[in-house]
Amino acid sequence: MRSSVALWAASLLVYLFLYVPLAIVVAYSFNDSRLNAEWVGFTWHWYQVLLHDEDMLQAAANSLLIAFIASTCATVLGTMAGLAMHRYKPKLLPFMVITPVAMPEILLGVSLLLFFIQVLNLTLGMLSVILAHITFCIGFVAIVVKARLAGMDESIFEAARDLGATPWKTFKHVTFPLILPAVVAGFLMSFTLSLDDFVITFFTAGVGVSTLPLQIYSMIKIAVTPEVNAVSTVLMLITLTMIVLAARFAPETLKARS
Amino acid sequence: MATPAFADLLKFRLHKNLTRWLVSGPPFLFLLLFFLAPSLIMVLASFRYPGEFGGLAPLRDANPAVLQGLTLETYRFFFSDVIYAEIFFKSFGMALATTLACLVMAYPLALLIARSPRKHRDLMVLLVILPFASNFLVRVYAWMIILGPQSAFAHAIGSALELFGITPVPLLFSPVAVLIGMIYVHLPFMILPLYTNLEKHDPVLLDAAQDLGANAWRRFWDVTFPLSLPGIFAGSALVFIPVLGMFAIPDILGGTRDMLIGNLIKEQFLGVRDWPFGATLSIMLTLMVLAWAGFSMWLARKWSHSHA
Repeated sequence: MRSSVALWAASLLVYLFLYVPLAIVVAYSFNDSRLNAEWVGFTWHWYQVLLHDEDMLQAAANSLLIAFIASTCATVLGTMAGLAMHRYKPKLLPFMVITPVAMPEILLGVSLLLFFIQVLNLTLGMLSVILAHITFCIGFVAIVVKARLAGMDESIFEAARDLGATPWKTFKHVTFPLILPAVVAGFLMSFTLSLDDFVITFFTAGVGVSTLPLQIYSMIKIAVTPEVNAVSTVLMLITLTMIVLAARFAPETLKARS
Repeated sequence: MATPAFADLLKFRLHKNLTRWLVSGPPFLFLLLFFLAPSLIMVLASFRYPGEFGGLAPLRDANPAVLQGLTLETYRFFFSDVIYAEIFFKSFGMALATTLACLVMAYPLALLIARSPRKHRDLMVLLVILPFASNFLVRVYAWMIILGPQSAFAHAIGSALELFGITPVPLLFSPVAVLIGMIYVHLPFMILPLYTNLEKHDPVLLDAAQDLGANAWRRFWDVTFPLSLPGIFAGSALVFIPVLGMFAIPDILGGTRDMLIGNLIKEQFLGVRDWPFGATLSIMLTLMVLAWAGFSMWLARKWSHSHA
């Protein structure tokens, strides 16, 4: 079918709209000027500033630690939820898995803030952020795992049972190897989501802990320097790598992300 | 003879139930504790009094002078001042405007991808997803640069406005900046479900319409568009709902008067620390989200009935 010129032109404009702003951020990270105004000359200066920014490095370390722990836990729990939803068709579990992902983030953020302080009497910090991140990552893992299981031939599992395999043996030797790509993709996706999360972290971090997005937020709000452009560019590279990896392991990931 | 078979069956049933609980139990308990319980606590909190130093007042206090127990006070307060209704109305308008703008921008691109040769589609979809890979705040910050007073773009817009005799207004920290930021962040949520829908359309239908003498315009409005309504409903829900609760974009790109529900909720929890009122606002936002989700589902069902 032929596509009209108008369709191409409109689509090209949308692609430009998606990419130009990010290109500007990347370009200005190499600009030898304190202002994000005009191009002066090439420099690595802002990356050097970044490397010597103790607060930023600490925030980056926190972000990576939180993302690693939260996505590991979410992968285990999310895989279980995906399996359970596929096998037993429970009624309440899908609701509990999907809603934290579908509702406005601020609602999960403030309800967890209230719960941590009022009910658990927990001092906000690393632990509260990790628990909050697990809560919204479970859904993404469960969706990817369930999608993978849905595309499979049930007779493989029946064959394993008929041959006398216990449920655990069936899982270990049949189910798990088959869903492994989805599990890895779910892990990578959770890792990215945790690393990127701003809203829920904002409400559950308190003053105890800072993450990269929180650090970027305070820089944007207080004093914008091109160091923000540099850290943004680095962060873009990290997430990009994660997404490409996830897409390689399981193409379903790209669909689940929408 | 019957006894061992029965024992086996019992063992099998037990085993099956045990497996079921071992698999569904942990995620269920975790989400019960960290999603369902906090949501219920939020409902409860909306019926309580604010604490003297922020937070919640005690449910029971030995001192009868201290406010305690449950109350409808925060709800009465919400409806007593028109400013809250205004902010909710404004947020609804912003969510609607963002959804419509995203729809208009997403449609041509989704259509183009769906009608491209199969081997190019994956790449074109990937190009839509990639900007997603950058941090949310980075994407908002990019517009701070573009709309900022020093940018070439802002200068160009300013001169263009002067040409028409309009005094240029600052672009950054305005409702327009908030709208642009909202569209930018949520556009892929409209493109992807639309594309998924459009891709499934059978090209034979369009050929048939053409053979029957329909021009390109009629082929679009009478065939493609009605068939794409489920994709539009899905995309609209994915854009409308997060925009309704968004606080970061108005916070960064908007001025002090561009406050939306999200900013109001944030202010109650972290600023003035009136938690019961913050909880009430959250409940109101939840009701609005549910109403919109219900409305979308009703529309989708009505549509599928009329086309069954």
